[in-house]
Amino acid sequence: MSAAQWRKAMNSGAGRAAISGRPARGQTPVSVVQSGGLTPALAFVRLRHVLVLLALLAFPWLATPFITFQIGAQSLTLGLIALSLTFLGGYGGMISLAQMTVAGIAGYMVAIFGAAASSDASISLGWPWWLAVPVAIAIATLCAAFIGWLSVRTEGIYTIMITLAVGVAFYYLCLQNYSVFNGFQGFQRVQAPSVLGLNWRDPLPFYHLVLFWSLAGYFCVKYLLRAPFGIALQGIRDNPRRMNSLGYNVTAHRVAAYAVAGVMAAIGGVLLVWYNGLIGPGSVGTSWIINILVIAVLGGMRHPIGAFLGAIVFVLLQTFAIDLFDRERFNLVIGGVFLVIVLFSPDGLLGWWAGLQQRFSTMRPTGRTSHRGDSP
Amino acid sequence: MAKFWRWFWSLVIGIPIAVFAVWAVWDNTRLFFVTFLNGLTLASLYFIVASGFTLVFGLMRNVNLAHGSLYLLGGYLGFFTAQFSGSFVLALAAGFAGAALVGLLMQVGIFRFMQGQDLRQTMVTIGLSIVFADLMMWAIGAQVHQMEAPEWLIGPLRGIPLINAYSKYRMSLLPIGIVIGVLLWLFLNRTRVGMMIRAGVDDRQMLAAAGVNVNLVFAVTFAIGAGLAGFGGVIGAVELSMVPGEDVRLLLASLIVVIVGGMGSVVGAALGAAILGLAETYGLAYAPTYSVVFTFVILVLVMAFRPRGLLGRPA
Repeated sequence: MSAAQWRKAMNSGAGRAAISGRPARGQTPVSVVQSGGLTPALAFVRLRHVLVLLALLAFPWLATPFITFQIGAQSLTLGLIALSLTFLGGYGGMISLAQMTVAGIAGYMVAIFGAAASSDASISLGWPWWLAVPVAIAIATLCAAFIGWLSVRTEGIYTIMITLAVGVAFYYLCLQNYSVFNGFQGFQRVQAPSVLGLNWRDPLPFYHLVLFWSLAGYFCVKYLLRAPFGIALQGIRDNPRRMNSLGYNVTAHRVAAYAVAGVMAAIGGVLLVWYNGLIGPGSVGTSWIINILVIAVLGGMRHPIGAFLGAIVFVLLQTFAIDLFDRERFNLVIGGVFLVIVLFSPDGLLGWWAGLQQRFSTMRPTGRTSHRGDSP
Repeated sequence: MAKFWRWFWSLVIGIPIAVFAVWAVWDNTRLFFVTFLNGLTLASLYFIVASGFTLVFGLMRNVNLAHGSLYLLGGYLGFFTAQFSGSFVLALAAGFAGAALVGLLMQVGIFRFMQGQDLRQTMVTIGLSIVFADLMMWAIGAQVHQMEAPEWLIGPLRGIPLINAYSKYRMSLLPIGIVIGVLLWLFLNRTRVGMMIRAGVDDRQMLAAAGVNVNLVFAVTFAIGAGLAGFGGVIGAVELSMVPGEDVRLLLASLIVVIVGGMGSVVGAALGAAILGLAETYGLAYAPTYSVVFTFVILVLVMAFRPRGLLGRPA
């Protein structure tokens, strides 16, 4: 699909209907019919966007703190990291398995520069959070750009191999190095700070912190995809040679995409280390490297919302599947689900949903138009 | 000018290595040469496993990320076969055959239906590797399985200049690796099936047009590639040990070997395995907590200057 066709598909009703969206700018709902004179930003807002935002905001008041923290915050955090992969893979055509590594680098840097408990107390520098976190994100972004620079030198299937090699190599480095990464034990008690009188470790503030950054990441991706950079990136995904002939610097766009995805993964990594409270080689090992891919593929890479959908399903499986199956067999469940999705629905849950919708609309051809203008 | 840069870079890379070698020999001669042999024997194992990986990729463009799982499977099969029959040769055969069978099933049952969809195939292999790893852990458990070397290979080999004694088993890996390499070369270059495989690497469609049953060639190649992983697994069950997690280690080794050596090239796999094996063992001997960094630096250097690998050709 060319970039132009892609945009068309994304803008058309069929493409939209496939996507259970979130509010575009968090504004009041404006029906499409009346939106002619308003700014384009407002024109995207639909009833369902407002409903989803309200649901997300109201969710912690309805759920127990355990659910808020364990399911809500965790899915959003993992979703943010997976979103960086969706951005790279779905729109840049580069499946990078190093996104968890970038997140892990950010997490490690927060633990190393900030405050953390470890068996070797001299490692953590104990910087205040407002210094440690930006430095961590900056370093992780630089690493992401470097990984991107390495892997864009080859194409397609090589990207997976190189990023996987980088990710696994980083895992072994964390495992065997004690002077910087504190080896097998890693760092414990890496906690979100108390700022403005709020303890951000508590479920409610932490959930809202994560929600803010997830929405920021989501809208950042949505915006980028319509910006010239995103359009060029999608063009490069579809036909790098043609874009090169048109005068686009293919390598620079790709490396920039890695850097942008790196920022998202790094923010997600900082949140994840605060969520877990610890980081060690296990956090960046192959199972987590692959879990991020599973999340992104599970939701579907055709739309940024897929990453969050996949994360919710993943976290629900992780939390509740152990009641149905043996706890030890979680990998089997997740591997099986992943296999089924890849084998039978390559576009993930979104593709499956789109397929259902299509069948539904062919059964009732006039059913779609009725709910177009029904906003308050 | 190009010649100048080639000289420049070989000096930049060569001089530190030469300086290190001279220092290491002067510092501890025996350690240096034992590490050298360790590196070569490890390289031999890496070559056996990675050659299967590169063979499959070269022909089918299928990055089999379940290759590590096949290695582990072969190792376990070899371990239990040796336990029941007491024969090392039988264990090797079982490891090869078992992994080859699973590889064959993967090709015939799954990959045949998604020809040309590289990315999807790779995703499937990732899923399979998760499932295989967990099934094996379920069936066999997470404890370490260490296989005994056959009796005629137990004990040290004495009387070698400079290092005096060296494990017979490890020493035997060197000829095994060379024999496998030569056999593979003969198979690819001197037999009819090998010729078809090479033709398929160059141009798959022309091969099909020439009346060859490509699916059969694919199945044979996949079986051999997977079988080599299983064969390597039996060897690795003695040299290293079998425990969940080893699959990832060997997968990483295979990935780096083929990235460095060049995808689809068996000679490249040998070269890559030698470089990786030496770098890893020297790293472990001289800078234990940073040994992975050397591997990584090699990867970066190769990607920076020869993105297709040392002996790779444009796809």
